[in-house]
Amino acid sequence: MTRPPAPPVRAPAPTPWRPVPARGVMLRHDPVRGTDLLLLPERVVVLDGSAGDVLRLCDGVRDMAAVVAELAVRHPGAPVAAEVPEFLHRLRKEGWLR
Amino acid sequence: MTEPPGPPWALLAELTQACPLRCGYCSNPVELTRRSAELTTDQWSDVFRQAGDLGVVHTHLSGGEPLLRRDLPELVAAADGAGLYTQLVTSGLGLGEGRLAALTGAGLRSVQLSVQHADPSTAEHVAGARSFTAKERAARLVREAGLPLGLNAVLHRANLDDLDGLVRLALDWGADRIELANTQYHGWAARNRAALLPTPAQVERARTRVAFWRARLGDALELVWVAPDLVDATAKPCMGGWGAVSLTVAPDGTVLPCPAAGTLPDLDPPRVQDCRLSWIWRESSAFRAFRGEDWMPEPCRGCALRTVDHGGCRCQAHALTGDAARTDPACRHAPERPLVDALVDGAARTPHPPAYAYREGGP
Repeated sequence: MTRPPAPPVRAPAPTPWRPVPARGVMLRHDPVRGTDLLLLPERVVVLDGSAGDVLRLCDGVRDMAAVVAELAVRHPGAPVAAEVPEFLHRLRKEGWLR
Repeated sequence: MTEPPGPPWALLAELTQACPLRCGYCSNPVELTRRSAELTTDQWSDVFRQAGDLGVVHTHLSGGEPLLRRDLPELVAAADGAGLYTQLVTSGLGLGEGRLAALTGAGLRSVQLSVQHADPSTAEHVAGARSFTAKERAARLVREAGLPLGLNAVLHRANLDDLDGLVRLALDWGADRIELANTQYHGWAARNRAALLPTPAQVERARTRVAFWRARLGDALELVWVAPDLVDATAKPCMGGWGAVSLTVAPDGTVLPCPAAGTLPDLDPPRVQDCRLSWIWRESSAFRAFRGEDWMPEPCRGCALRTVDHGGCRCQAHALTGDAARTDPACRHAPERPLVDALVDGAARTPHPPAYAYREGGP
């Protein structure tokens, strides 16, 4: 008995990256030093300027375009489209975002 | 007058000095704190709250073997509730599935697991106890729980020649990081110095292998090399400076600028039962004793390295010269460096180091 041929499968569109802190990475505000921090097993990353606000939008639900769009609304005129994706990719390369 | 310190970043919480292992390189004191003298759950919880208020953001739950504290999940929850990032530093013995689930449920963020050697029987000889299978299982459970896993291996004469084995073990066990930390000769380890001290040739070979693996592995595994200060003739930047970055709370509540500082005779360290952590950090004589550079003797005082090594290790200065305020004799510029040269030369000339002295009985 021959099986009917399987229907052709369309390759799924690549899912957009929805950045979120990697497991074991904790984002928190430090009220003592008045700054945002990324905490890792053996490391503390002190976040400058609005980096913490950017990372707070990385909730695993928003994709990168949504993060950029949200920041563009909050900071009209700021070069978010140019800078934020590069920043997020850099953190992914470090293993701090996934 | 030394300027007031910034807030501390890290708290080493030595929950107990009891441990199922009997490693010859143990840097805990020769006389261990007894279990009945340990801080209670409430006292530790208060320590974590005070530490968080002071600016501490990281806590390493260590020992001894912290899993011997039955209240460990409550302690993790208290530290997490105080905003601290919690890392368990463990032998892996006693880290079953249920225990790990309770700890992760309480907010545990990461695990650092000790390893002694890649070969099980050599590892158990170094540890003085059956332990390899338990460690392997603990590593697997930590990975399955999705927590970051670091290995720490204390390096010495019996394992420096198999550095490759330790790196492969870290890869096999799915670790994110391995800390290759040459022995610090404090506490019990000082008794075993002749058994542990490597030859300069061993150190050089191991250093070459670290460079090889770093180039080969890239980001796949983080390799941290903690240099052998005695062999390298370079003082270590102990604790990132005295009372500069972190504090240690010993099982009985004694607060120390470094875990070995309990051996210094005139330090008179305060206890959390008697004083607030903020006062201890900022004001206590123990934390001010070697803070900054005012205490430094020559040649440190006029040396450019003082901003890098902070004058080296006070406990080692005391152990080798009898005076904690001397320049660390590990340093090539120290007046007492010949003492260390004699130790290193002795190791290089000894084909068969002595057997380990093991601890007998618990605290």
